[in-house]
Formats: sequence, C-alpha cells, structure tokens
Amino acid sequence: MVLLHSRQSLRVCRPFFPLLLSIIVAIAGASLPALAQTPQPAEIRIALITRQQPLPPLYEFDPVPEDEGIAGGRLAVRDNNTTGQFTGHRYALEEETLEEGQDAVAAARSLVARGVGFLAVNLPADEILAIADALKSENVVLFNVRATDDRLRGADCRSNVFHVVPNRAMLTDALAQFLAFKRWRRLFLVVGPQPGDKLYAEAVKRSARKFGLVVAAEKPWEFGPLARAKADSPTTAGALTFTQNLDYDIAVVADEAGDFGDYLAYRTWDPRLVVGTQGLTATTWHPTFEVWGAAQAQTRFRRTADRLMRPLDYQVWMAVRAIGEAVTQTKAADPGAVGQFIRSAEFGLPAYKGVSLSFRPWDQQLRQPLLLVQPRFLVSVAPEQGFLHQRTPLDTLGFDQPETACKLQ
Amino acid sequence: MLLSFVDRRAALVLAVLGAAWLGGTGEAGAYTIYVSNEKDNTISVLDSDKLEVVATWKVGRRPRGITLSLDGKWLYVCASDDNRVDVVDTATGKVVRNLRSGPDPELFILHPKGNPLYIANEDDNMVTVVDVETNRLIAEVPVGVEPEGMGISPDGAILVNTSETTNMAHFIDTTSHEIFANVLVDARPRIAEFSPDGKRLWVSSEVGGTVSVIDPDSRTILKKIGFSIPGIAKEAIQPVGVRLTKDGKKAFVALGPANRVAVVNAETMEVEKYLLVGQRVWQLAFTPDEKLLISTNGVSNDVSIIDVEAEKVLKSVRVGGYPWGVVVGPK
Repeated sequence: MVLLHSRQSLRVCRPFFPLLLSIIVAIAGASLPALAQTPQPAEIRIALITRQQPLPPLYEFDPVPEDEGIAGGRLAVRDNNTTGQFTGHRYALEEETLEEGQDAVAAARSLVARGVGFLAVNLPADEILAIADALKSENVVLFNVRATDDRLRGADCRSNVFHVVPNRAMLTDALAQFLAFKRWRRLFLVVGPQPGDKLYAEAVKRSARKFGLVVAAEKPWEFGPLARAKADSPTTAGALTFTQNLDYDIAVVADEAGDFGDYLAYRTWDPRLVVGTQGLTATTWHPTFEVWGAAQAQTRFRRTADRLMRPLDYQVWMAVRAIGEAVTQTKAADPGAVGQFIRSAEFGLPAYKGVSLSFRPWDQQLRQPLLLVQPRFLVSVAPEQGFLHQRTPLDTLGFDQPETACKLQ
Repeated sequence: MLLSFVDRRAALVLAVLGAAWLGGTGEAGAYTIYVSNEKDNTISVLDSDKLEVVATWKVGRRPRGITLSLDGKWLYVCASDDNRVDVVDTATGKVVRNLRSGPDPELFILHPKGNPLYIANEDDNMVTVVDVETNRLIAEVPVGVEPEGMGISPDGAILVNTSETTNMAHFIDTTSHEIFANVLVDARPRIAEFSPDGKRLWVSSEVGGTVSVIDPDSRTILKKIGFSIPGIAKEAIQPVGVRLTKDGKKAFVALGPANRVAVVNAETMEVEKYLLVGQRVWQLAFTPDEKLLISTNGVSNDVSIIDVEAEKVLKSVRVGGYPWGVVVGPK
C-alpha cells in the first residue's frame, strides 16, 4: 500500500518508512510458516470458567493469585498456537470470570452460543454437573480442572466431562502407596469439620484398605482454624493434648481448606510426621519439580506469568494442551471428533511426567503420576516402585475398571 | 560353573585389553572423550585407552549439548542456565570465549564444514544460527515448543529440528533459514540423526516410545520402530540418543530409564539386541574409528563403554553429576 503512494506522500512517510517496512516484514515473517502450509487457519475456541474468589477473611502470607489457573491456560494456548502455525490451527482462550452469585450455567450457555467448543471448568462439583447436563445435547466438550470429588468419577460421571484434576481416591492412594512403601502402617486420622474433609477421610480409609494400612485412631478436629489464627488462644491447650495416649506411626490430616493441618505438625505428643492435606501432600505440580522437562515448563511459566506455577495452572494447562494434542493428531477442529479421539486408546498427552498421559475409558479420569511433596521439596513420585498393574502402573492410583461406579451415557 | 565364570572373566579381560590394543594402534592413537555433567557444571575428560577420567573442567551452568570443532581444538558446550555457548580450548581445558546462543541453549549441531553452529533454544521456541568464528548471529528460525533435537544432512543443505511439545520434526533450508516442511512424530521427539548417506532421518520420541525413520525427500515416515524388553514396563522405554555407523548397517538407540541401548539393524529397521547400561541413558557417541560407543547414564552418574563390533558393554566409568552429552575427539 505504502509503496503505491505518490512521491510526495512517500516523502511525508519517509521518517516512518523503515518502521513500516519492519512491521510489514515482521508480519510477513510471522505468518510465513502458516501461509506456506494452509492459508486459512481453523479456529479452536476454548473458554475457562472461573469464579471470582472472595478475599480471605484473615491475613494470608501466600494468597491465591488472581490469575490462578488462567495463567496456565494462557501458556497452553501459546504452546498450542506455536504448533498451530505449522498445522494451520489457531487457538483462542476466553477467560470468563463469574461474579459472586452469577449463574454458571447461563454463562456457559452464552459461551457456547458464541461459538466456544471447549470449556475448562474451574468450579465445584455441583456447578460442573449443572453445566454438563445443560449442555448435554450441544457439540461441546468439558474439562474438570478443579473438583476432586470421587462422585464425579462414579455415580455422577458424565460422558461430556473429562477430568484432568486427580480425584481424592487418586491423591490418597498416592500417599498410601508411599506409606506402605515406607512401612508406616498405623495411621492416626484427624478429620476437619467441613464436608470435603469428611470425603477426604473416607478416601483415606479406602486407600488404607487397598494398600494394607490400618487406621489405628480417628478423631475429629474441634479446635477451630488454629493454623489461620495469629496467636495462641485458650483452645490450644486442648489441641496440645489432642494427640496424647495414641499408638500410631503417622498422622493423616483431612483439612482441605487449610484451616488447621499446618498447626498439627510439631505439636503432636509423640514425635510423629504429618501427611494428608498438609505436611506431605499428593499433588499434580510443585515448584521444585524439574525432571522430565518440567524445568522448561517452570521457566516458561515464570517468564509469562511472573510467579511460580501452581497445581491449578498445570491442570488448566493440561486441559488446553489435551485439546491441542488431539487437534494436531486428528487434524480435526470439531469438538465432537476431538472428544472422541481424547477418549480413544490412541490419545496420549506428554505433560512432563515421564510417561504419556491418557484418559480412563470407564470414567474419563486422566491417569497420571502424582507428586508427593512437602512445602519446599519433592519427596517422591507415585506410583511407587513395585506397585504393579496388568495395564499400566498408573491404574494403581484411583478407581480401576472393575470397581468403577460410573456408567457413561 | 566356577570354571565358566573364570572363563567369562578372562574373556572380558581379553576383550578390554583387545579393545585397548586396537585403540592404541589406531591412526590417531587414543581418543579423548568429553562428557557434559548437567548438575555440577563440569566436563569430564576421558581417555579411550585407559577408559578413565583424566581431567575435569569447569564450564558454565547446566552444561548439556556438547560438540567439537572439526580439528578438535575447540569444544562447544551449551551452558543452558547462563544462556550462552562456552568455547573451551581442548589443549588447556579453559573456557576461552562465549558464543551468542539465544536463551536456554540445549542442543546444537555444527555444519559439516565446521561453521555455522545451529542451536536449539529450548525456552524460546527458536533455532539460533551463529557464526562460530565471528560470533555473529546469522539467523533465528521460529520453530515449535521446546526445540531440542538437531540433525543436519551430510551435504549441509537440510537442518532438522525436533520440538518436544509440538511433536514435530521441522525441516529447515540452511540457505534461506526457513522451514519448508514439518513431519508429525510421536510424543516428545528428542533427537534427529541423518544416516551417513543422507537418505534416512531417524527421530526418537521419548514419551511415544518409538523411533521414526523418515525419508527426507518425501518427508514420509517409512517405519516406526518400537521396543519391548521383557520385565520392563512399556512406559519406561524412552528412546533418546540415536547413532548410526558410517556403513549404514547398525543403529544404536539409548532407551532412557529402561537402562538399555538397543542395537538395531539399520537396513531392516528391526531391533536385534538390548545392551544393559547405566541408569537413564540419554546420549551416545562413537569414537571416530567406531570401535567404541559411549553412553551417558544420568542417574547412575557414569558412562558405559560399548564394544561396537562385539555389541557388548565393556566397562562403566564414573563421571560427574547427571552426565548429559558426550562427544569424542582425537587426543
């Protein structure tokens, strides 16, 4: 365009001309590989639905970042697009953050109406189910990135939902394998007051049975959120004698909100370690995890998000990358076709865990190694050595095919 | 039983002596083996006759890819965490200068004529082309996510880069520095290696567990070689390093945590044998006479020395922390 202008206008433009030229060259350069392959990239639209989290009532030294999860999605879309320039696909991420009280189903419907084919859902179980049921007849695939509820992989499973986040049974199986490997068999289970804590405790008991551990003692925690309190309070005395006169190898704490679990360590009567939701925990990602190429993902994330990568970031990253991987492999952008491929035995997601990850066909849960970490160190990776399975050792974590309560429809 | 055990030991001693003798009578004498140690920022220098570490050199942080100038005078080392390539004088063992490398250089390959150097920037989705004489940046080629493997055709016309997260082999024209074709391979491609006649390209996929043999002219996959070792889980078989003999008859494939190097008939592309080496074997290098093959074993912190003709492991030699890359030059 500029080159066709008259001599005069060209002269006027002259100071800008090198700049313009470099922009043109840059644009041409950037789009060259895509142009050489396919002129019009197919668009794959992915949305991440999150709810604005209320601010914590008390001072928190390590607050949840506002872009938790979203930053992982942004990185994955960039990764997908780097590949997409060679395959003729363009990925877009819509970030839908719901206000308090805003209807998740209505938001999901409107996203789908706007042409979104894939939803990464960062919401609790009930809202995921509501969205899944509302979109049942739509050509859209859902990814659960947050809810650990076992029921979503059991009686409440849905054929349009894939779970990238591990469920409670997987998390507690990973811990139980480690304890069995260490021969720390006698557990003291401390259960918090919230519904999630009770479900976590149930999962611990199931894992104990599965791997030959014994729940030697179990007590509810009745001293409030001591880990969040700023100073000792009168209830502390009771909390201090709470662990007296018990015979156990290791304390297992069920405190998903993080209200008291950190208080327990070093305050037990006997010198015992703490595992569970605090202390040694099972998770998908950790800043000190760097083998199998994870170091590259850590630095790439830190450079783009300006903070450390958290498990939720990694889970959203996996969901968006799973879509990218299936689109690249099948050369199809249609959500139905992509979902079908993800469900199949041919699908494999490399996700820095040393093995290819895939979805269990019986409940659409992503089978994956889990990290056992303490706050500043990676302790082990489950499945532990020696836990074998006829299909893959990964199926020693969570619900195996014969025990599934899921009937996909 | 006892006798046969003694016999076997005697045979092994003879084999080692024989290899040493053969090495000793070669034209160039003994060779020097250089191993980069990712976790302790050093290069272990081994003598191919003695098969022991004769020197340890300090280099930049997280040394990974390693190669030599054609005359063997300069050792190029990717100092990944220092975002540069160290140039080491092999006569003194000192880093004498650095090359511009772009961020996080992981692996590179030298043009068959000895210049330029093609560097994979793992964190930056880029291949950087650098003149090793003038340290001038010749080009930057945008590629897939986490570029790693670098192969160059014997005539130097085609550069192939593999990207670990994009799962592609990118074919780059070394004149225009542009990608002209992409071949999708199995998950996490780590290494691209041309056959000496340039007619085959071998690409290993670490997570996919396969090696794709590609026809570089048609850019089609001729065969995907799979591996299976009794008693080893399929997931533990993770192909990384690939080396082919000059006669094009044999290929060696390092299988990562399977702790094996596969011997492959390069003509039929069938696996013939698995050699037990150290833990998490990644990179491989021949001595120039192709009598020995050296493997870096990251977890056991050693290298295995393999007799190429006999297809036997002769010895393991302890080196530094997390040995990553290996290259062999003349003494």
